[in-house]
Amino acid sequence: MTEPAIEVNDLTVAYHERPVLWDMDVRVRAGALTAIVGPNGAGKTTLIKAILGLVSPAAGRIRILGRKYREARREVAYVPQRGTVDWDFPTSVLDVVLMGTYGGLGWMRRPGRKERERAEAALEQVGMEAFAQRQISQLSGGQQQRVFLARALVQDASVYLMDEPFQGVDARTERAIVEVLRHLRERGKTVVAVHHALQTVPEYFDDVVILNVRKIAAGPVAEAFTEQHLRTAYGGRVPFLQGVAPSPPATPGVQESPDPAADRRGTFSGGA
Amino acid sequence: MTLGELLQLLLFDYTLRTVALGTAALGAVAGALGCFAVLRRQSLVGDAIAHAALPGIGLAFLLTGMRATPILVLGAAISGWIGTLFVLGIVRSSRIREDAALGIVLSVFFGLGLVILTFVQRRPTAAQAGLETFLFGQAATLLAGDVVLIVGVGAAALLLLALFWKEFKLLSFDPEFGASVGLPITRVDILLTSLLVVAIVIGLQAVGVVLMSALVVAPAAAARQWTDSLGIMVLLAAFLGALAGVGGAVISSLGGGIPTGPTIVLGASVLVGISLLFAPRRGMLAGLLRERSTRRRLAADAVLADLYALAAQHGETTEYGHPVAVLRAMQGRGGGVERALARLEARGLAREVGAGQWSVTEAGIERARNVFLPGGDE
Repeated sequence: MTEPAIEVNDLTVAYHERPVLWDMDVRVRAGALTAIVGPNGAGKTTLIKAILGLVSPAAGRIRILGRKYREARREVAYVPQRGTVDWDFPTSVLDVVLMGTYGGLGWMRRPGRKERERAEAALEQVGMEAFAQRQISQLSGGQQQRVFLARALVQDASVYLMDEPFQGVDARTERAIVEVLRHLRERGKTVVAVHHALQTVPEYFDDVVILNVRKIAAGPVAEAFTEQHLRTAYGGRVPFLQGVAPSPPATPGVQESPDPAADRRGTFSGGA
Repeated sequence: MTLGELLQLLLFDYTLRTVALGTAALGAVAGALGCFAVLRRQSLVGDAIAHAALPGIGLAFLLTGMRATPILVLGAAISGWIGTLFVLGIVRSSRIREDAALGIVLSVFFGLGLVILTFVQRRPTAAQAGLETFLFGQAATLLAGDVVLIVGVGAAALLLLALFWKEFKLLSFDPEFGASVGLPITRVDILLTSLLVVAIVIGLQAVGVVLMSALVVAPAAAARQWTDSLGIMVLLAAFLGALAGVGGAVISSLGGGIPTGPTIVLGASVLVGISLLFAPRRGMLAGLLRERSTRRRLAADAVLADLYALAAQHGETTEYGHPVAVLRAMQGRGGGVERALARLEARGLAREVGAGQWSVTEAGIERARNVFLPGGDE
């Protein structure tokens, strides 16, 4: 196996003494599309933010392309949840996409023509080139999402971290995003996306990480995305599952997490 | 006094010119930096900084025994800064939310400031004369040296704003994304807040601690109404701030000792009021007009739907006329049907085939099919 794009070891994150991620080990395969799934409050966003260095973990080690985030920053692009910003902010679509170039510009330097051309190209990739001069408050939810995606594409990274890119978008946007994801994979990029719609996981993604504070399962969709793992994560209530998710022959023991010992370690070592 | 005489005074009266230049400069700086406070939903931070500056003014005087403006402004800046840090510290280390933290810091520092000022006033010397103008502001007390300080420090603050423009914009719009691309968010935040502190303390002598925050918030709120570009918003807010500053200063200088703070706030309020009411797109008037035209279009569409339904009973013909009374009965209300018909006629969707007899047109059928059939409306 080649070197993982992202390697998370023994990651524990807590807010106000309550653990949101517990003793998490994740390896993200380079050049693959990986979905992070789990119920609300499972720590999906926290995992993304921890990888980005936006939350400081209580314990654990994170490596991106074998380096610390600080050193690998230029190789990482980020698509936050679109609900985290004020879309009434007085700025244009092109301006928001240009923010993706800020990281490479350095202090006080303004984006110039070269940056503008890159931003326009990124807007074209998501089918939003006609909206470049539009004020961002005039966009629909799906258009907002595509603008955020374009901003990440401008970063021209190797690893793309996306927080719910499909959340509440229209069918057209969903197709556009899927196309962008596949295009990224063709170019050898790594994508990790928090994903809510379980039924589309097998269609859109190669790998999956199922979590609920702890890691429940991780690996290629065909192996890890099983009914039993999902029931473990969602507490038995997975209504959509009837006839949708792959249900491999019931062979208890095989469907356990790839490394059951790793999952249980947290329970016994306790007392953090 | 006529406008001409006022203009002449502004141009040639040395005192008034000095005062006007000073208040224009501090209004412009407060307006420009206020935009970021407003966009980051930190409008109250300006109020807390201004109130928190008061003890610094008193202490600076007590420690140095001098009334020199630079010393008092420095004291105000340090004290305002400490107040801001307190807010940040309270929010970070406790479960108290920012609004409560701002309220605590604002009132505690202001109370402390009042105690110190009272103590200073009781001292037998006359050196402290005029410190109380820092409460409500008195632009007439601005001397040429004060104006030089305001213009110099204010220009430096605006220069830094221009230099760190994209960093400040990213901090204000999407700080987490900023952090992910390597922007040292905390340091940029500290810099921007420091510039806001500067913008506020250079205005305290003329506007006063009580009302200075109005000059931070009002021009920015007014400017936001007129534009969707951050650059234009900042320029416009600077201009409006200068306008309010000069207007307030002139009125207070003419009118026998009215404090400047209230007059500036009144001027700024007028600007905000006009902007809230009359701005295109975002203004309340524009909103009302939009709403009315939507309501009328919907009313016309409802009548069109009825006309179409009637025509459909006759094989979608456009030849039969239907009396207004029938349409009125179908609408289930009296008024508005004639007006709706007139609007439909103007848009070529309906026509009067005989006296009081109306029919849908081909274009009307086309539109009715497009609009009503998929949704099954009416």
